[in-house]
Amino acid sequence: MDVVPEITRESIRNLIINGKREDGRLLDEYRDISIETDVISKAEGSARVKIGGTQVLVGVKPQIGSPFPDTPDLGVLMTNCEMLPMADPTFEPGPPGEDSIELARVVDRGIRESELVDLDKLCIEEGKHVWMLFIDLHIIDNCGNLFDAAELAVMSALKSTKLPTATVVDEEVVLDEENLFELPVNNDVAMCTFVKIGGEMVLDPSLSEERVADARLNVGVTRDGKICAMQKGGAEPLTKDDLFAAVNIAVSKTKELVEYL
Amino acid sequence: MSELIREDGRKFDELRPIKIEAGVLERADGSAYLEVGGNKILVAVYGPRESYIRRLLEPNTGVIRCRYNMAPFSVDDRKRPGPDRRSSEISKITADALRPALMLESYPRSMVDVYIEVIEAEGGTRCAGITAASVALVDAGVPMRDIVVGCAAGKVSDEIVLDLSEVEDKEGQADVPIAIMPRTGEITLLQSDGNLTEEEFQKAIDLAMEGCMKVSELQKEALMKKYSVE
Repeated sequence: MDVVPEITRESIRNLIINGKREDGRLLDEYRDISIETDVISKAEGSARVKIGGTQVLVGVKPQIGSPFPDTPDLGVLMTNCEMLPMADPTFEPGPPGEDSIELARVVDRGIRESELVDLDKLCIEEGKHVWMLFIDLHIIDNCGNLFDAAELAVMSALKSTKLPTATVVDEEVVLDEENLFELPVNNDVAMCTFVKIGGEMVLDPSLSEERVADARLNVGVTRDGKICAMQKGGAEPLTKDDLFAAVNIAVSKTKELVEYL
Repeated sequence: MSELIREDGRKFDELRPIKIEAGVLERADGSAYLEVGGNKILVAVYGPRESYIRRLLEPNTGVIRCRYNMAPFSVDDRKRPGPDRRSSEISKITADALRPALMLESYPRSMVDVYIEVIEAEGGTRCAGITAASVALVDAGVPMRDIVVGCAAGKVSDEIVLDLSEVEDKEGQADVPIAIMPRTGEITLLQSDGNLTEEEFQKAIDLAMEGCMKVSELQKEALMKKYSVE
């Protein structure tokens, strides 16, 4: 359905081979980024992130549930993503498709593997009651690079999350809505997404760059420079040099990105 | 009865504060953002575009399709994502409410998609959705006879009041959401639940229509703000 004319493909490619881009950015330059938090009063944590024209909304809702049997003293994080049909003329209504699930899982890996949320502080009573945090990603405008916008949004929403104090009285969980505590978040993570076009690794792809890309690489990096999540996507392979070059840029760019948080 | 002060301090015929903005999204052909009280609604419109769903295609006119969807984080207890019976019904009646205003007969074999996202809900989302959808349709440049506008009246503590909040809706005795085409006053959406006498019903309709006319002005203001040239 989404046909890119050969002439567009060629022109984007030629620009990139010459180190230039359609919108005048450098190959390793982000579009304008803005972050707003506490945008939904009914959510315990929320954020709206824009990267260029791309717009993502995240809400965090807690529920009390049972822990997993193998981690009886840890809370639970669940990341879910809806690529709303509003965001792009080719997105269809219906249950989450492959792309949407991949996006949610890659973003989730970034926050999970960086261990930035203290899951043991989300335990109310070991083996019985824990906080489960539902992180719902709403993609509302797709102008390319949903991954990085989503990771920033989830990160910001978690940092703004406040939960009621929970205590167990006579085997029942009692919530104190008056005494809120901030979700313990003890690291920052950001994601840098590249696409490979004409042999070059291009950071923060626009929509038209994504459409003509040969391959995609997501690199999640923590504030202290640890690589905590990666994913390769797209039809074509990547070389070892592509990977190392991208990771190198991602590690330095993350320092800029976490400044927005 | 005009002495009545409601729980949130409003008079019986007073709307909650409203903010409407047209053209808030890049990709969509038309879009609008609306806040009324604690409601936050985002609407995107695509089309008229070629109908890619064959069974919906009409050879002699265009079709409108609406999808009303609540974000999981829009309500106090997280809503499971995906359609349920309530949102399916609202989607249907929203399409019915908007259709009379659209000149779809000029677009055979095509379709207009209206995507209504409730980002945060605080009572009266269906009317807010319709009001915002109309603004997004204008923003998309879809030819229209009128700009449909929605507003509800209801009965709370035995009084007929305008624009029920979430608390009033839960504790109230009746809720009558309507949508009208303000130029003619014709009604394109009507629902009613709860108990009303015939006299109360008439009063509620009159009050809701007055509310619609006020909201209609705000729709036009939002569009003027977006499209007027200095």
